[in-house]
Amino acid sequence: MFGDYSISDLGAILAMQGFAGLILFSVYVLMALGLAIIFGQMGVINMAHGEFMILGAYVTWMTSNVVQHVAPGLFPGYFFIAMILAFIASGALGMLVEWALIRHLYKRPLDTLLATWGLSLILQQAYRSIFGAREVGVELPEWMMGSWQATDSIQIPINGMFVMALTILITIVVFYILFWSSWGKQVRAVVQNRVMAGAVGINTEKVDRYTFGLGCGIAGIAGSAFTMIGSTGPTAGQLYIVDTFLVVVFGGAASLFGTIASAFSISQTQSTLEFFLSGSMAKVITLLTIVAILMVRPQGLFALKVRK
Amino acid sequence: MINSRFFNRSELLGFLALAVLLFLILPLSLDIFRLNLVAKYLTYAFVGIGLVLCWGYGGILSLGQGVFFGLGGYCMAMYLKLEASSVANTKIQSTPGIPDFMDWNQLTSVPLFWKPFHSFPITVLAILLVPAFFALIIGAAMFKRRVGGVYFAIITQAIAAILTILIVGQQGYTGGINGITDLRTLHGWDIRTDHAKFILYFVEVVLLFGCIVAAQFIRLTKLGRILVAMREQEDRVRFAGYSVANFKIFAFCAAAVFAAIGGAMFTLEVGFMSPSFVGIVPSIEMVIYTAVGGRMSIFGAVWGALLVNFAKTSLSESFPQLWLFGLGALFIAVVLAFPNGLSGIWADHVQPRIDRLLALRKSKSAAGMIADGAPAE
Repeated sequence: MFGDYSISDLGAILAMQGFAGLILFSVYVLMALGLAIIFGQMGVINMAHGEFMILGAYVTWMTSNVVQHVAPGLFPGYFFIAMILAFIASGALGMLVEWALIRHLYKRPLDTLLATWGLSLILQQAYRSIFGAREVGVELPEWMMGSWQATDSIQIPINGMFVMALTILITIVVFYILFWSSWGKQVRAVVQNRVMAGAVGINTEKVDRYTFGLGCGIAGIAGSAFTMIGSTGPTAGQLYIVDTFLVVVFGGAASLFGTIASAFSISQTQSTLEFFLSGSMAKVITLLTIVAILMVRPQGLFALKVRK
Repeated sequence: MINSRFFNRSELLGFLALAVLLFLILPLSLDIFRLNLVAKYLTYAFVGIGLVLCWGYGGILSLGQGVFFGLGGYCMAMYLKLEASSVANTKIQSTPGIPDFMDWNQLTSVPLFWKPFHSFPITVLAILLVPAFFALIIGAAMFKRRVGGVYFAIITQAIAAILTILIVGQQGYTGGINGITDLRTLHGWDIRTDHAKFILYFVEVVLLFGCIVAAQFIRLTKLGRILVAMREQEDRVRFAGYSVANFKIFAFCAAAVFAAIGGAMFTLEVGFMSPSFVGIVPSIEMVIYTAVGGRMSIFGAVWGALLVNFAKTSLSESFPQLWLFGLGALFIAVVLAFPNGLSGIWADHVQPRIDRLLALRKSKSAAGMIADGAPAE
């Protein structure tokens, strides 16, 4: 397996695969953060999460087209506008879905899974009818193309670095919102004891709606970042949903820190294995390992102790 | 409140209605193409019956029933494929006598795990035992550690994803994304003729009724009642001294075996097996059929599989755009408004009216008897 490569080659390969893993890690973290908020904090299984992400990707694609035609001068910075729009679009749709669908099902978590699966089918077909079945890709602004030559044999793409920086920023913002803002305190209070939180005057329904909206909005940003590194089709969300759920469950459902740790270990394992084995076997082995670990330690890596 | 009879009156009616429909009405009224389609739909009813036991009664939602459906189907397909790739049939290959996709992938001999499938009795055993064993491992690992509910659903879903990726990736051993195709004979009997399809349909319906009776038996024994008790208050059942995990494992294994029978029949009816019946999407669709039919009703599961698939075929034939909207909306509606599905609607709205009608007629005829001294009918 290692015979054909010299030590320095191997080092470069490891570094580049490690970096490819970091990009995968960023996508996982962005998707899983939203899911961890919704699943971990609210107990709702949102199978349509991937479709919220794709909505963000389509919003980004539309923004890039509009900016290109209407205000080409803004094109280098269109991505920031697109991200905000993606957040608003996905978040608003999320709040609408919470109001119309999810709030009736809080006592039946397994049924949220089925209902949101129905929703994901509808959204997929809607995307297919509106945007067509073909995958679309956005045009990157000039400064995001190309790559940074770290050493002779190590190349790091700039769009990848951008996505990573974005991930770090969003993670910090989410942590700030949940752990320092007063609204975040309300969210955590509702999670830990809904009845008590209501008794001290927290409007639990409103908190639920905004929490769901925030989770979906982050998925929208994830979709926006997704367009930087890949193309988008109506069913692209479905490819990621199971992986993302595994990331969240593996990390320990209610722990955001666990989500990040598990996204890191899963993406690194997968991208390193991908180099030595075929892509499909790498994925099979990664997923099998996760499932095996979850069978031994069902509560995930970092379990939060909550009184039920 | 426990009914000592095997079927109560409305269940008996349901059983008879289904029997008349499947044994008489459909075979007499449909041409062989449509009958074969019905047979295909009915293979999902096997999965549905298993899900009623494991999800409706046991409260264990498995999103990986496609795995067992696929295991059963692949076991059958491997046997049929080996029979179809006799040396005479595969003369043009560089290695005659092995399945065509193996030849395309530069394999020169049949791999070891294919070898047992040369024998029909072993194949039948494998169809039943491989999924059961697989379910036993998954179930034992999860339920003994008290993993349940949402986590179980997600992990079974991941297993469905893993198996699909594995089948697609290992082309030389499994036929890859195309699956195992070009199946011809079962023990020397050509399964592609109309006559064979007709007979297979009846074999399947008989098997289906066998499964219905078996499921009804499980439901009515003490085991079935423990399953319901577990779903409602797991801890109390545990405190009462029952091994909750073992009962769950049993329900999950039973559901797996039912699904595998369905899968094996699917291969026979349709003539191929592919990973597109194993993965996440088909597994969830199987849950949809059960939910629409009614997760608490064995007959409901059969009706759900028939009706949803019938709607799917006719809608996607005429309005391919609308089908997914319809399916999604149906699913949301069932979950939000009718958690017990069609059988719940029947039991809540139709059955009481029929009962009232019958009661009315009875009291009328009773009155008539008194007046005329003879029955009115």
